[in-house]
Amino acid sequence: MAERMTVAKAMTEALKAEGITTVFGYPGAAICPFYDEMLKGGIRHILVRHEVNAGHAASGYARMTGRPAVAVATSGPGATNLITAIATAYMDSIPMVLITGQVSSDMIGRDVFQEADITGAAEPFVKHSYLVKDPKDTAVVFKNAFYIAGSGRPGPVLIDMPFDIQKAEIDFEYPETVNIRSYKPSVEGNKLQIKRAIAAIEKSERPLICAGGGLFTANAADLMCEFAERTNIPVVNTMMGLGSISSEHPLFIGMIGMHGTPTANYAINHCDLLILLGARVGDRAVTAINRLEGVNVIHIDVDPAEIGKNLPVTTPVVGDLKNILTQLLSLAQNYDHYEWIQTLNAKKAEQVRPPRQIKQGCADPKEFIRILSEKLPENAVVCADVGQNQIWTCANIALKKGGRLLTSGGMGTMGYSVPAAEGAKAAMPDRTVVAVCGDGSFQMEFMELATLVQHNINVKIIVMANNRLGMVREVQTNAYGDRQTAVALDGSPDFVKLAQAYGIPAERVTDTLEAEKAIDALISSDGCYLLEVRVDEDENTII
Amino acid sequence: MKHTISVLVENHAGVLARVAGLFARRGFNIDSLAVGVTDDENISRITIIADGTEHTLEQIEKQLNKLIDVIKVRHFDSTELLTRELVLIKIACQPSQRAEVIALAEIVKAKISDITVNTMTLELSDQVQKIKNFEEMLRPYGIKEVVRTGSIAMQKGGVSMRL
Repeated sequence: MAERMTVAKAMTEALKAEGITTVFGYPGAAICPFYDEMLKGGIRHILVRHEVNAGHAASGYARMTGRPAVAVATSGPGATNLITAIATAYMDSIPMVLITGQVSSDMIGRDVFQEADITGAAEPFVKHSYLVKDPKDTAVVFKNAFYIAGSGRPGPVLIDMPFDIQKAEIDFEYPETVNIRSYKPSVEGNKLQIKRAIAAIEKSERPLICAGGGLFTANAADLMCEFAERTNIPVVNTMMGLGSISSEHPLFIGMIGMHGTPTANYAINHCDLLILLGARVGDRAVTAINRLEGVNVIHIDVDPAEIGKNLPVTTPVVGDLKNILTQLLSLAQNYDHYEWIQTLNAKKAEQVRPPRQIKQGCADPKEFIRILSEKLPENAVVCADVGQNQIWTCANIALKKGGRLLTSGGMGTMGYSVPAAEGAKAAMPDRTVVAVCGDGSFQMEFMELATLVQHNINVKIIVMANNRLGMVREVQTNAYGDRQTAVALDGSPDFVKLAQAYGIPAERVTDTLEAEKAIDALISSDGCYLLEVRVDEDENTII
Repeated sequence: MKHTISVLVENHAGVLARVAGLFARRGFNIDSLAVGVTDDENISRITIIADGTEHTLEQIEKQLNKLIDVIKVRHFDSTELLTRELVLIKIACQPSQRAEVIALAEIVKAKISDITVNTMTLELSDQVQKIKNFEEMLRPYGIKEVVRTGSIAMQKGGVSMRL
């Protein structure tokens, strides 16, 4: 039954119908009608301290729930501040609905106060966007937006809502079904292609599964492990795929890519059949595409445009990974790849880190992450920022069963980890959530400490502080004759005191030997906790 | 290699911007683009002539299909296509030259659309190459202005591109 109400209230009702209980946002005049109704409607609003963090927090929330999450901002600068988060979510295929206020429809195009063409500006980074011009479209726009964001290859969808439209009255009834004639994502894999894939696997002597972030989107990580176990095929992860298979699993080889493990990259370069599952062959993941010439490639992805985009594929399969893995499992036999697995295990055993001298007053960040891995409970969520801290974390973390790693893989957005952890913890209050960042990235996001405290979101933060933009410093050292420019972070605050200023307990780690005790304190603390880990400014990214 | 791509899209504001933006940001080259509504007023048809390898063409089609407002994408071989472009050419033309310009127009089946004491505007609908040839024929008179619509294309024979 249709009910008479304002669009602002209808927006709130739409969120409720979509099961949205929490949104992340930052208000402003142009979005006030909606805020008023969210308050009346009992939707939990988490007040971020910069709009970009509303987007990243929604990203963390969505990655944990597997459903589109919501970020809200006002018109103009509020909306444009969201763009980096939108682009970050787009690159990593994160389902998200972004709601922005817009100036009144009769003012659009006149360059009025806080006006920005946000649908135009965000166009390259959204899966779809709407500028609502007719109040009667509200219900269908919301229904479609959530469906588009969450189905097929997920992504951000933007709804721009002019101020006058929010105040208009409509007869509201939320649609039960969606029918978009131009959008029908393929779900089932083509049967013939599935058979071809199985035939290729039967013939292969050195098959390899490359498991990507799509496995989380499709909620198919367990099925992938079952498939790998049944067929005895070793598994490498892209950065986005980390956590889809436990690091303790005997078939797990490691993370591939520019910053991956030597064994994982050896496996990619020596397999005779590469099975890509929800992985888009990004340039940082498969760095030597030419070495894959002549290798059979089965590429399974829900987005047909990713298949063949960066790598020629012999067997493309388009569809939802859960369905396709089920189809594959119905046909797959037990195969023997003993020699191939032995070769990889032998390589892995050689991969021992040489003992290193760590500078006085500093901890070894890689060893620190390994100790953190041991201490973290099952199901822990680790959010890695961008820079050296990201690689130290991704290359050294050993996720236990159910563990997740959230990072900005495609876009490489600094300042992602703390707000993403904020969103992840808001979604999963019972799980331990840790953000690992550098002193560079932390200074792009530490305003969120206030949000964490205000909303009682218990996030553990580790700041790897080397007083450098370390990854850029490394590039300058290696490629620019060590002429270091604009990479020293002199002037940074005392991060322990900074956390304490927000009422967050914190301590400093200046030796690897202190790591164990500090991590214990971090994990066992009741609320937020921050560790500043002092790191050598010349510390390398890998090895 | 030149490819002709026909795209059926929802007839909304902003759709053309999405299509054109996609070509720009993915580095696809557009030679020409023409758009107009179809017999169904909710659907527009865009005809794009693009340059690129087979791989590029495949990506163009796939990426276009990802746009939510794109309903259908087809690319055609030039052999199975009927293509037309409309051009208006304004030239300098003294009264003494009129007769020969009219004769020229008759040969290529162009129309005289407008005339003044010392200019003449000609109109021709034909394939791209023939339009280029016509323009060259008129160049010696002094071209004052040229407007082209971009190619539109339709498959020959009984098949049609509809929903």
